[in-house]
Amino acid sequence: MVGMEDTKALIEVLKILEDNARYTFREISEITGIKESEVKRLVEKSEEEKAILKYKAIIDWEKLGEEFVVAVIDVRVNLTREKNYDDIAKRIAKFPEVHAVRLISGEYDFQVVVKGRSLKDVSLFISEKISTLPEVRDTNTHFVLKTYKEEGVLLFSDEEDRRLAIVP
Amino acid sequence: MRENADRIRINRKLLEIKPSGIRKFFDLILGREDVISLGVGEPDFPTPWRIREEMIYSLEKGITSYTSNYGIEELRAEISRYYEKFGFSPHPDNVVITAGVSEGFDLALRAVINPGDFVLIPDPCYVSYSPLSILCGARVVSIPTPPEFRLNYELIMEYSRIIEPKVLILNYPANPTGVSYSKKELEEIADAVVENDMIVISDEIYSELSYKFPHRSFASLEGMEDRTIVLNGFSKSFAMTGMRVGYVIAPQDLLDAVLKIHQYSMLCAPVTSQIGAIEALRNGEDELETMKSEYLRRRNFFVRKIGEYLETRKPEGAFYAFPSIRETGMSSEEFAEKLLMEKNVAVVPGNAFGESGEGFIRCAYAVSMDKLREAAERIIEFVSEL
Repeated sequence: MVGMEDTKALIEVLKILEDNARYTFREISEITGIKESEVKRLVEKSEEEKAILKYKAIIDWEKLGEEFVVAVIDVRVNLTREKNYDDIAKRIAKFPEVHAVRLISGEYDFQVVVKGRSLKDVSLFISEKISTLPEVRDTNTHFVLKTYKEEGVLLFSDEEDRRLAIVP
Repeated sequence: MRENADRIRINRKLLEIKPSGIRKFFDLILGREDVISLGVGEPDFPTPWRIREEMIYSLEKGITSYTSNYGIEELRAEISRYYEKFGFSPHPDNVVITAGVSEGFDLALRAVINPGDFVLIPDPCYVSYSPLSILCGARVVSIPTPPEFRLNYELIMEYSRIIEPKVLILNYPANPTGVSYSKKELEEIADAVVENDMIVISDEIYSELSYKFPHRSFASLEGMEDRTIVLNGFSKSFAMTGMRVGYVIAPQDLLDAVLKIHQYSMLCAPVTSQIGAIEALRNGEDELETMKSEYLRRRNFFVRKIGEYLETRKPEGAFYAFPSIRETGMSSEEFAEKLLMEKNVAVVPGNAFGESGEGFIRCAYAVSMDKLREAAERIIEFVSEL
């Protein structure tokens, strides 16, 4: 079954890229044993089909002392015949300040993550751009004080390799 | 005071045991910087957090006492269920929890060996098999397995032609060669076991790290359950080496014998580790699969890369590659020492695992992909410059 093998190879390549997007086609080929040209084809196909959305670095900005503020905002909305969840979410998501938008269960409808330069910036953005949307009933803002884990990556290291150099 | 110059303070059997060949290497590495070690026969992953967290919680609750000699009941039940994946399901009563396979191996030998009994051991093999057999008073018969490193019916029959061996030691997937056996191969070995009326001590510690075919326990083969002492543990599969927790699975009479020694020597395996082991079997499957697929990637990468320069068989399991260095004209020790001095890469000379390991080096690929790549490049550089 050529199709099955294809899917398996694709998943393996994408898993490796997901962990380290900087691997070259050649390196992925060496790890997987899949021909370099085939790796290239699989990756380019995934890019075309938007299975791979983007390649980015996870940066610990706090470490660099960069001044920035992240807020998590719970948003409750009123739905109308003209505006459903998707419409409202898209409208919020298109602002560049907005990092993530998720439809969630519970008391609120959306969870919106906003990133800005200062507390003032973020507060202004919320009060001017989100709270004022006609569908928004109310918001509940949480400013992030410290991040410990981001995208599955720990932002602290407290473990080292303590193994002996030679073990039979 | 009586004076007796001839009196030997040390157990005479210990004089028959050669000091470990690895020790010397260990000293060479000390003090060197930037060494990438492919000499480490244990996972580079720390114990999965959920397992550690469960052990921490048990300590908070004050669970610090002895357990039953057999080990915690729930753990024995989990192991009984778990072993189904390797082809047979032992009754929980046939399981004893030990302080790792190392203890289990010692118990198994002492349970069955009378002084003078013959023990068949494949060569090369893990470093403790022969010394512990000698300590029991066994006569060790090493079966050289190169170049395939596979035991088979003919080899076993050839080496038992003029003796009556009592025990056969098996280890698959194997340290240091990475060799494992298909069901058919195991069945042929089982034929030789029956013909020689032997007991098998089957060290299956790398059972989870079998890449070519699913691991089959030796006890799962027809007629073998009653002849086999299965040894396994959590060190390699769940990255719990320092926790020292493993188990013995054996038929009733052998298990009783094993327990008799265990209860007077070890008493019980560390309780915290046993609790971690329960969590490992109940909820550790995902972490295990993640580690396994990472080892598989590294194996493929390393063998392909090194294989162009040194003849290397594709290991079917464990996390070791065992390349031949014969073409370099050097001995295993020379090669390993020079490689360390010139390129700062540590490997273990094959002869540390028995005479038949001469001409080979053991490379453990339980290091991160980046380090493995760097190590492979340094080895290739070293070989190319010869």
